[in-house]
Amino acid sequence: MLVLTAALSLSACGGSKSGESSSAESCVDTSGDTIKLGFLNSTSGAMAISEQTVRDSLVMALEEINADGGILGKKIEPVVEDGASDPAVFAEKIEKLLTGDCVAAVFGGWTSASRKAMLPVVEADNGLLFYPVQYEGLEASKNIYYTGATTNQQIIPAMDFLKSEGVKTLFLAGSDYVFPRTANKIIKQYAKELGIEIVGEEYVPLDDDDWTTQVAKIVDAKPDFVFNTINGSSNVGFIKAYYEQGLSPETSPIISVSIAEEEAPAMGKDVTGQYAAWNYFQSVESPTNEAFIKAFKAKYGEDRPTSDPMEAAYTSLYLYKALVEKADSFAVDDINAAADGVTFDAPEGTVTIDGDNHHIAKTGLIGRINSDNQFDVVWSSDEPIEPDPFLEGYPWWDASGE
Amino acid sequence: MKHLQKWGPLLGIALIAVALLVIAPAVLSPFRLNNLGKYVCWAIAGVGIGLAWGRGGMLVMGQGVFFGLGGYAMAMHLKLEAAMATGGPDAIPDFMVLYGDGTMPGWWEPFRSGAFTLFAVVAVPAVAAAVLGWAIFKRRVKGAYFAILTQALAVAFATLLVATIKQTGGFNGLNQFTVFFGYNLYDPVNKRMIYSIAAAVLVVCLLVVWQLYRSRFGELLVATRDAEERVRFLGHDPANVKLVAFVVAAVMASIGGALFAPITGIISPSDVDATASIFLIAGVALGGRALLLGPALGALAVGYGRTSLSESFPDQWTYFLGLLFIVVILFLPAGLGSVWAQGVARLRSMVRAPAAKHRTAEPAVDDLEVAR
Amino acid sequence: MDAFTTPLLAGAATGALLLIAALGLALTFGQMGVINMAHGEFLMAGAYTAYLTQQVVTNTDISILLALPVAFVVAGCLGLLLEVAIIQWMYRRPLDTLLVTVGVSLLLQQLAKDVFGAQGDPVHTPGWLDGNIDVFGYHWPYRQMFTIVLALAALGALGALLRYTAYGRRIRATVQNRDLAETMGVSTRTVDRVTFFVGSGLAGIGGVAVSLISGTNPNLGTSYIISAFLVVVAGGLGQLRGTVIAAFAVGIVTAYLTDWYSSSMAQVVTFGLVVVFLQLRPQGLFTVRTRGLA
Repeated sequence: MLVLTAALSLSACGGSKSGESSSAESCVDTSGDTIKLGFLNSTSGAMAISEQTVRDSLVMALEEINADGGILGKKIEPVVEDGASDPAVFAEKIEKLLTGDCVAAVFGGWTSASRKAMLPVVEADNGLLFYPVQYEGLEASKNIYYTGATTNQQIIPAMDFLKSEGVKTLFLAGSDYVFPRTANKIIKQYAKELGIEIVGEEYVPLDDDDWTTQVAKIVDAKPDFVFNTINGSSNVGFIKAYYEQGLSPETSPIISVSIAEEEAPAMGKDVTGQYAAWNYFQSVESPTNEAFIKAFKAKYGEDRPTSDPMEAAYTSLYLYKALVEKADSFAVDDINAAADGVTFDAPEGTVTIDGDNHHIAKTGLIGRINSDNQFDVVWSSDEPIEPDPFLEGYPWWDASGE
Repeated sequence: MKHLQKWGPLLGIALIAVALLVIAPAVLSPFRLNNLGKYVCWAIAGVGIGLAWGRGGMLVMGQGVFFGLGGYAMAMHLKLEAAMATGGPDAIPDFMVLYGDGTMPGWWEPFRSGAFTLFAVVAVPAVAAAVLGWAIFKRRVKGAYFAILTQALAVAFATLLVATIKQTGGFNGLNQFTVFFGYNLYDPVNKRMIYSIAAAVLVVCLLVVWQLYRSRFGELLVATRDAEERVRFLGHDPANVKLVAFVVAAVMASIGGALFAPITGIISPSDVDATASIFLIAGVALGGRALLLGPALGALAVGYGRTSLSESFPDQWTYFLGLLFIVVILFLPAGLGSVWAQGVARLRSMVRAPAAKHRTAEPAVDDLEVAR
Repeated sequence: MDAFTTPLLAGAATGALLLIAALGLALTFGQMGVINMAHGEFLMAGAYTAYLTQQVVTNTDISILLALPVAFVVAGCLGLLLEVAIIQWMYRRPLDTLLVTVGVSLLLQQLAKDVFGAQGDPVHTPGWLDGNIDVFGYHWPYRQMFTIVLALAALGALGALLRYTAYGRRIRATVQNRDLAETMGVSTRTVDRVTFFVGSGLAGIGGVAVSLISGTNPNLGTSYIISAFLVVVAGGLGQLRGTVIAAFAVGIVTAYLTDWYSSSMAQVVTFGLVVVFLQLRPQGLFTVRTRGLA
């Protein structure tokens, strides 16, 4: 009966059929001397601790830009919202920011789930989203700018590094969700190409901390390296189980893609000698980075480290400024038309926007954790790597392969 | 006054119908109306929880599972519709190419059909609830045992979804729908239409439970809640009575989930896990679990509270939810609605002869559900 | 050989953790019919106690031992507070107690987030637990052995308390027939409070053991509590041996399933097995017979 009602009302209500797409008119007000930008990060829920750092560096970039005269002479007026670590809330809030508050662009998101939830909304409203976190790639939207790494700027450099170290066997350990599964799919195909043998692949749910059984398999497999795509607090359980069962950087070192300057001291274990792949480390030596670190510590405290996602978020706001100034307009279509080749001298080095896929060229770095929980850069791609989210330039990649 | 007693519930349902179907679309912005649509989906599930828990005494702590069965069934169809709209009749969802090997599991195939999807939204949770309920009730598992098992079910369900990334999208869930049964999902007119369907379904659900509560079945259900053994001694099988209520509640949750997917544009494990299930109960407890309109109104209120509180005090929402459980259950176990109901009853007894006896459907405070 | 020993030994350690967590639950559920959904947060409190103890006593060799009794008292007092403030008013409404404690659990989680931050804090493993012994190819960590010893010690102490002390007799009397015990002059109110204190305190000790696996974080309790409940349900009420067998069975079965398939599937299948098991024995493994009709 309910189905009947639903079906009836469906046919009774006169909706417009698909095809007559009604591209929403932009309601952004550019007449005043301020411009509204939305900051959408989780300040509650499981992701709050990570996303709060992004929020902090966004606020810092905003204050710097405003102190410097704003964008096209307009001061930025931030509208902040909480994504509550829930994809459905992200979708709801970005709709509010774009259609209710009429912001010119939104900055935020962290998990892939949150980005996937926001993508259809930002496309339907023809808005702009700046996403500051490394992710699993295989995506490009004309309404999203990705200022974190895609896989060919983080995963593939990490594999190149392993090859240069003479690694023969590799064990994959990850959380049971999208990023690790996709990253490992790429790793497995590239490993075949490089002649590295994958000797094990284990996943544990995001909220599960007990890695004992899986680490026992690492002990058995005795790999040259462990590729760690675990996310969040589950890393603690993994690292503890790893040392508990007698593994160490001397025998089977770990290379991680989600342990940065903030996470390293929270493991409850001395992780000196383990590796991480990023595009920015606090230890990067450049005048821009020095200024960035100094400003961040002055604002938020000496004990706060800077890390890759923070830097990518900071960079995203400056890239937006550069985009608007080059386009001489806040309109999305004008910005997209002007996007190709826009650069910014970021703390990680000079980054350049690719106008086709809206990712940015970044340098791949491998760092080794030292006793101060900072990373010594031991390998670098030297040149910024052109973003290739669909891995089209890699002949070994087969999207529908195993 | 007699008429009021008989037609009062219908009047209440009519008022809700007018408020949701006439007033809300006229005064709310499209964005807020869509938010309201989301609360309506929770309210539909809440009506079912009211039936199973309020009247049947079964604390269903895993309704997210059935919400999810309906939500994912609908989302699978929308995903396929979106794929077929751009890639032809054999197209498969994008995530299966991205994360899997580019093939679609066979059990997705029937969901290309809209009719089958609507059928599945009702049939799948009904069968699942019937099998599970039969296994549980026939063995006289009840009280806290039942509550814990349903909650464990929600945990297992969410874990399963996250782990089957190639089949269900995993942690990201299913999203990026573009078309709803042929209608463009991003057209405001169509969004309003989907909202209206959800509101209409809620009204229908209220009418269904109104009929159930008036029926012999409704009386038997309350009797089973308050004294299961006595019902057994009278020759009825309480397991069957509970089973029916459990299945109806599951189907309602499923329909709520099925509407949730197009309204929010996403369904993911975090919408159906144990926490989400607890959230569904909060509204029912607040509104009045055993009342006709209480669960629906409570769910709407809690949904609204979640949005508005998280907009103004992002970090305090969990405190509010926690306190809500404590204060309501401790001091107002029959919910806010009971205050209203008592007021009406008092008024009525003042007007009518003092001898008139008012039969209440509030849960017995002294329930005998300690499972031992 | 290690395909057999690894899950067995690792699963036994998981089972030991579940046992410590479930003992307190079984005690309060068996005696008062109260399901305490905030029990997991007492585990969390124990873990944070371990963290704080390490902040005060920086010698990790000593601090973890010190943390055990402190965590027992901290979690026990939290439990006592919960009993006095809320639960004692609703002993006749077991299902409602369950929901109220859901609220308490939410409050405590958010409180931990606000006080300690969402990231979680490190708990360092003491030197004498840092190592392992090779058992047929499995490098069995000392930490896991410690967990098992801890669980058995807790079980022994609880068993002795129940069997040999005056309080134990009163508790047993109250479990078997509350009204009759009351008639015989047992103050069941006091007995209830002692039980709540002891049961919650055990969770605190469990929390210290958990902190050695994963440090602390505000959601730490939620990942153990459902399994602990399943243990109580499968074990039956009123007798500890059911809980003991169920805890180790769930821990070891989950470990084998994890070894064969994956952690996710292991969780799902274990739940299925408990439902099937309840088909065979709806009252759990063991149950105390009472003469009540309900």
